[in-house]
Amino acid sequence: MTTSPADRQHAAQAEAETAKSGSISIRNFDFFYSGHQALFDISMEIPPRQVSALIGPSGCGKSTLLRNINRMNDLIDGISHRGDIQIDGRTIYDPHLEVTSLRKRVGMVFQKSNPFPKSIYENVVYGLRVSGVNDRSTLDRACEEALRSSALWDEVKDRLQQSALGLSGGQQQRLCIARTIAIRPEIVLMDEPCSALDPIATGKIEELIMQLKKDFTVVIVTHNMQQAARCSDRTAFFYLGKLIEFDATVKIFTTPGQKQTEDYITGRFG
Amino acid sequence: MATKLDKPLRVAGEPWVWCTAMGLTLGMVMVVLLLGLIAWNGLSVFWPKRVDLVTLRAGSQAGIGGSRTLAGELVKRQERTAPTERGTYEIQLFVGNRDAYDFSFKYLDEADIESRATPPELMVIERMEGGDAIGTPVRLMVKGESDLAADAGAFLSRLRAQVEVAQARRAAILRVEKHEIGAINRDLEDANRALRNPSADRVRIDGEVAKLQQRYAELADQARQLRAAQADDQLILRLATGEERRIALGQIVDYAWPNQLSTWQRITASFHAGWNFLSENPREANTEGGIFPAIFGTFVMTLLMSVAVVPFGVVAAIYLREYAKQGTWVRMVRIAVNNLAGVPSIVFGVFGLGFFVYVVGGSIDSLFYPEYGSTPVFGTGGVLWASATMALMTVPVVIVATEEAIAAVPRGAREGSLACGASKWQTIRSIILPASAPGILTGLILAMARGAGEVAPLMLVGVVKLAPTLPVDSLWKATDVVPFVHLDQKFMHLGFHIYDLGFQSPDSEAAKPMVFATTLFLIVLVLVLNLGAILIRERLRRRYALGAF
Repeated sequence: MTTSPADRQHAAQAEAETAKSGSISIRNFDFFYSGHQALFDISMEIPPRQVSALIGPSGCGKSTLLRNINRMNDLIDGISHRGDIQIDGRTIYDPHLEVTSLRKRVGMVFQKSNPFPKSIYENVVYGLRVSGVNDRSTLDRACEEALRSSALWDEVKDRLQQSALGLSGGQQQRLCIARTIAIRPEIVLMDEPCSALDPIATGKIEELIMQLKKDFTVVIVTHNMQQAARCSDRTAFFYLGKLIEFDATVKIFTTPGQKQTEDYITGRFG
Repeated sequence: MATKLDKPLRVAGEPWVWCTAMGLTLGMVMVVLLLGLIAWNGLSVFWPKRVDLVTLRAGSQAGIGGSRTLAGELVKRQERTAPTERGTYEIQLFVGNRDAYDFSFKYLDEADIESRATPPELMVIERMEGGDAIGTPVRLMVKGESDLAADAGAFLSRLRAQVEVAQARRAAILRVEKHEIGAINRDLEDANRALRNPSADRVRIDGEVAKLQQRYAELADQARQLRAAQADDQLILRLATGEERRIALGQIVDYAWPNQLSTWQRITASFHAGWNFLSENPREANTEGGIFPAIFGTFVMTLLMSVAVVPFGVVAAIYLREYAKQGTWVRMVRIAVNNLAGVPSIVFGVFGLGFFVYVVGGSIDSLFYPEYGSTPVFGTGGVLWASATMALMTVPVVIVATEEAIAAVPRGAREGSLACGASKWQTIRSIILPASAPGILTGLILAMARGAGEVAPLMLVGVVKLAPTLPVDSLWKATDVVPFVHLDQKFMHLGFHIYDLGFQSPDSEAAKPMVFATTLFLIVLVLVLNLGAILIRERLRRRYALGAF
């Protein structure tokens, strides 16, 4: 195996980041759905323990990119990619890496809340159970911790054994966040987590996102630019499968470097 | 003007809505009529009908043995196929007394009839042999007592008491002959098989055999005495023809004076008759008595079939839908599975006989039952092979339904599980299978409906006209009380029972009501099994309802 200076430099950088684990680095990433190219040469370094928002008009590839970070796109037939995505300096396409262990490190919250038809408790500990954890006290502790972290504990602590489907939409979405963080991932991916919620529930989730960045790297796809401005540290603007700009949120929303970005955030198109 | 009106009508498709509604209505009406016909005919069997005493005109040749009077239940009134100048209507009477008349039904021209009456003293007696007897009771002859005339005050209570004694004796005979002697027969068979083993302790076994044979002789003697006692008491019945017949009380199953019954008594009597029909064994080549063994056999066979068909169907569907690479090959397999559902059932019967009975059963016999010699145990039709054949026949239904159910599980549920780090198998086991359980049960309901009603293949793999014992009992070894399923045993089936009654019995006219009643209970049984599955499905639906995805 030959190591170029660039590789060595990258390795050193990766090592530095491992201490603050949860960094994602995307390198010249192209992605195809059965021959149709959806992402073009994406390169970005997503810093750990921060909220990064991906914005852009529908069909610009932001969700596709997000779903590649935990390889959720593997479910689709006929996909292919070029380039690489690394988490803490290690490629996620390593053939020795189990995709299930990748997903335990990279959790995901979906657009529509999708609690399982089980009790609230079983929903939260599902990830632990499938990892083979069955010790009751460990599960109890993880459940309480995850529900507290997702600001749901006080609302559901008396009905943990009831069906999760009885919760309201916002509670269900927070339950899905609790389910995701119960397995202590490094990264939490969120695919438009508030698009099906009312403003109050959205506000709660946004608050939660701000809290989560203390412990997790959060990558959030959103159509709501105020949301990106409110709760993200860095924002990436995508257009037609290309990354136009990725910078500090304040800079993107005040002095964007690209004309297209400015047009989009000021509402001139998209 | 017309075109203006026509166009919106055509566009709205109203005529097509009417057509579809009419098609549905037609179908519903036909189903309701069919079920109504079966239910009416099936239930009216149990209703105690009045007995008419018919007096014929002088000179009529229609009487039995020259007699001018006939007694019987009116079966139907119909137009003659070839009307004569004397009238166009004829009636059919069930005259009973097959032992005396050699027939049970009699057609009479209405023109021949002088009068019809329903005298209260006419009695209908259901007997063990010879069908119903209809006539007027004359006297009761109890052994060791003086004769008791029918108009004596004590007649009724004596008759009831002595019939009860006879019925208790009949139960005792059954116990001795079937259960106790049956157990000895099994022990004797075991001993005989043990003797074939060259290293057996001959002296000890011979001793046991001698003891068993002695016990057998004692029991047989006991049974003989009991049987003889059944003819001790007799009832003299005068038939409408004037002839007097003796009926041993041991022959009487039930008796009634149908012309004296009030409506309420008729209702209780029909429930009683219905219950007897459900709970008793058939008699007289299945044309009399109950259908309990057939109900039980159908039930056991259908349950065993369900136990076999669900795991196979679900496993196959999971592989097809989740693991197999979707392509031409899988598409071909799917087409083949669907076509399998269309293969005529008799073909499955032949396959079941050739594969399950001869190959699998034959191998089991030669491996595990060599001491039975040429007597097959599993190498002949039985409830296990019938269930397996039925499972094979209905497995495509379960596969298709399960595949549909798996495909209908929302993507969100699957992705949510995978995003938690669950493997594919964990996702299938804890998310997809529970969510598709209602769909799987729908498949099972369809499979049961088809399996329970099928007859042709069963005739080849284990159904018999009359099975002496049930396929499940607690009498494996007299002392045992655990239910034991005799998987190798032949069994009775309602569908086959209908065929046998309606088309194989010597007197199909007499069996017709039984055919209707049996059909009714076959439908009810399928309905009950399906309702059970539907209830389970509703519970699962409530439990695993996947919310709004």
